[in-house]
Amino acid sequence: MSLQSTMATAARVLEQLRRDPRTIALVIAVPLVLIALLKWVFDGQPQTFDRIGGPLVGIFPLISMFLVTSITMLRERVTGTLERLMTMPLTKLDLLAGYGVAFAALATVQGVIVGAVSFLLLGLDVAGSELAVIALAVLNAVLGMALGLLASAFARTEFQAVQFMPALILPQLLLCGLFVPREQMAPTLETLSWALPMTYAYEALERVSTVGELGARGALYTVIVAGAALLSLALAALTLRRRTP
Amino acid sequence: MIEGLEVDRGGRRVLPGISLSISAGTVTGLLGPSGSGKTTLIRAIAGVQIVAGGAITVLGRPAGDPALRPRVSYVTQAPSVYGDLTVRENLRYFGRILRVGEERLEEVIATVGLDDHAGQVVNTLSGGQRSRASLAAALLNRPELLLLDEPTVGLDPVLRASLWEMFGELAAQGTTLLVSSHVMDEAAHCEGLLLLREGRIVFDGTPDLLRERTGSADLSAAFLRLIESRERGA
Repeated sequence: MSLQSTMATAARVLEQLRRDPRTIALVIAVPLVLIALLKWVFDGQPQTFDRIGGPLVGIFPLISMFLVTSITMLRERVTGTLERLMTMPLTKLDLLAGYGVAFAALATVQGVIVGAVSFLLLGLDVAGSELAVIALAVLNAVLGMALGLLASAFARTEFQAVQFMPALILPQLLLCGLFVPREQMAPTLETLSWALPMTYAYEALERVSTVGELGARGALYTVIVAGAALLSLALAALTLRRRTP
Repeated sequence: MIEGLEVDRGGRRVLPGISLSISAGTVTGLLGPSGSGKTTLIRAIAGVQIVAGGAITVLGRPAGDPALRPRVSYVTQAPSVYGDLTVRENLRYFGRILRVGEERLEEVIATVGLDDHAGQVVNTLSGGQRSRASLAAALLNRPELLLLDEPTVGLDPVLRASLWEMFGELAAQGTTLLVSSHVMDEAAHCEGLLLLREGRIVFDGTPDLLRERTGSADLSAAFLRLIESRERGA
């Protein structure tokens, strides 16, 4: 593992993003528009807006980073640059960590802007610290990135990679408790939800938004989210092959 | 140095057990029709190909050994550079991984003749310029072994000649080059020739030896004659 190669990779990924300002604009504007829409939809029920909006600010980066990373890595596989990198003195960890640093930086910008607009302009109210919500958002972004890197290994084309978002992320969004409390779900679904990483991301955010603090349980869930991110990074590393058929 | 190399790709045996060796500090041409196994052979030497059998020794180590990564460069047929970055940004990234300084970037840009396009985004370059950008990245670390898969495809004759001249200069400086091509005329630029057909080596020697053996001055005709005589023999 080398810091120089990791940072060089992060700088390269950010340079590629800089060349594509529309993607950056979308990554930031889409969650803003959706949160504003949510505010409008629940115009008469500010408590509902607060209950859903708080966690949503923290979940969005997971979804956008999943998409952006899986496509970026897929391109790397398809254009042969990954094969070239694999013939160079660069460890798989350097490459993945470089991606992690770059997308965590983008997620921080996204989280701060979306958080600032939601809390200051749209009047979103959370019981706990707004900064804690943004910090969890960045952690969730890293999870989304790790899942995206892993998913890209199973896609041959960009069409397939895009379809992995509804296939892998939407079920987690439905089951994590954001829309329906998990206690009210069928027992099978509730059990299943414990196996999905987004559930823990949501539970931690929910504690900050409504209870006001993470607590021991919330801290444990945060550790689980970090663990899930590390696990999928490790699995993604296994899919990077120096030798191919 | 290769002994009994066997490779399967897509359920088919592409290389059915070949042995050869390449002399250091020379340009060796790997020639043969498309589908003859040139890319597979180069990939195997680069250490990116899963092989079914045999042993490949590169610069005294098994192919694909981590210690070889800074010493061997492999240029694929399709340019493997980032299309959304400029030539210089691409080289800067690969240069940081290979631990070479900024001044080396400008040197390789000049070597491949991309001085006027160094600040241009790769996607806006022509096909030939893109493949030269890919070649430049492979030169950054001054490799001891340079593996080039069809580097002259789609280039105009002037550029082709200047690339072959450059390959000769690199060899004179001690680099070993293995260059594949399906254009027989390019064989004249090589000191050593490997002719590959259906995964088998049909000739291994100098261009002069090929001319002598077949009695044909023209290398393209010599290749044909060689195959005809082998088929008659078989």
